Amino acid sequence: MIAMDENDISFFKDGLRLDGRRADELRPVKIEVGILARADGSCYIEMGGNKVIAAVYGPREVHPRHLQEVTRAIVRYRYNMASFSVEERKRPGPDRRSYELSKVSREALEPVILTSFFPRSVIDVFVEVLQADAGTRTAGINAAAVALADAGIPMKSMISSCAAGKVGDTIVLDPMKEEDNFGQADLPIAMTPNGDITLMQMDGNLTPVEFGQAVTMAMKGAKDIYELQRRALVAKYSQISTDSAREEVHLCE
Amino acid sequence: MSSVISEIKKDFIYNLLIKGERIDGRKFDQYREISIERDVIRKAEGSALVKLGSSQVLVGVKMQPGEPFQDSPNRGVIITNAELVPLASPSFEPGPPNEVGIELARLVDRGVRESKAVDLEALCIEPGKKVWIVFIDVHILDDCGNILDAASLGAISALLCTKVPASHKGHSHSHDRD
Repeated sequence: MIAMDENDISFFKDGLRLDGRRADELRPVKIEVGILARADGSCYIEMGGNKVIAAVYGPREVHPRHLQEVTRAIVRYRYNMASFSVEERKRPGPDRRSYELSKVSREALEPVILTSFFPRSVIDVFVEVLQADAGTRTAGINAAAVALADAGIPMKSMISSCAAGKVGDTIVLDPMKEEDNFGQADLPIAMTPNGDITLMQMDGNLTPVEFGQAVTMAMKGAKDIYELQRRALVAKYSQISTDSAREEVHLCE
Repeated sequence: MSSVISEIKKDFIYNLLIKGERIDGRKFDQYREISIERDVIRKAEGSALVKLGSSQVLVGVKMQPGEPFQDSPNRGVIITNAELVPLASPSFEPGPPNEVGIELARLVDRGVRESKAVDLEALCIEPGKKVWIVFIDVHILDDCGNILDAASLGAISALLCTKVPASHKGHSHSHDRD
């Protein structure tokens, strides 16, 4: 990365950010439900330059068997980046970063999944980042939550995820690549629509006051995303006709 | 590839075939509908999303300067890789490419290479020292059959819209697209 002091760059022009957003504005979000035929549930999400696809399989048999739990389903979450999703080609396969993101993302979703309904089984969540542009973990969690609902997995509520950051001494919502790379802090959260937080990470420095502002802002962002998730699911399931039901029988295999 | 299918459905399919029919109404020599969307991934030098019926394959091409092979000092290098990611099928498992993935990648690679679709000599930057390495990464997103044709179509389509990142990576003399 270019050696650059964060004070050297101006993140704001005429009170707006480099991409024309206000400080508390999300990047454009696009959500599509059920875009994969093989998966039990799936979701494609675009958040700014991020393009992420999530698929859910299950509940299904656990392999290897020793992982199964007698009283509940286990949840597995695999976060993976396509090698062409980033500026410099990424070597395929998991690395330390993707293990961490898989773990925290799983823990962000697990609390709302009614795993006790499906003992000795597994619910697999696979997230593929096709294009990365800062905030892939939040995009992944948003897509995964919708895919879980699309798969008909019983859940206590939705999970929505959003980050806030600090750039040029200002708290901003949903940092983009440049703000993430040269900013002063990044704080991704995931939460239920009632505001129960299931994921919170932080990178960089914030004063207690700024931290409060950032959390409030990220929660507001997550709430807006929840509306979009809900709308996408309603849009799909309110227009199921007899036609598409018949189609599904022959779709695959 | 192993996939479970009920006996009754198998019988149904066989009986239709005897009558010269298929379950989705196609003729024996008829493809499913093919759609190709190019330049879908901005971060890649070239990319294509191929839909073949319900099968979906995304191919991304990345290029970076590197060393040539010793036996071809003035030719660029093509590296093809296929990821059968587990979201594409219940029978795909996480982990390094298995024999199915490796066969697929090698077949796609052979198609690109033997067709001479890429002018490797034009990808030489400095003979013996520096050439362009072309990574063709095939990402299977939804396996509803015949991902091989979809992957090959995707590879060629992605190559066709690939722009050599010459100025961007500090090799400013121009290279034509192939």
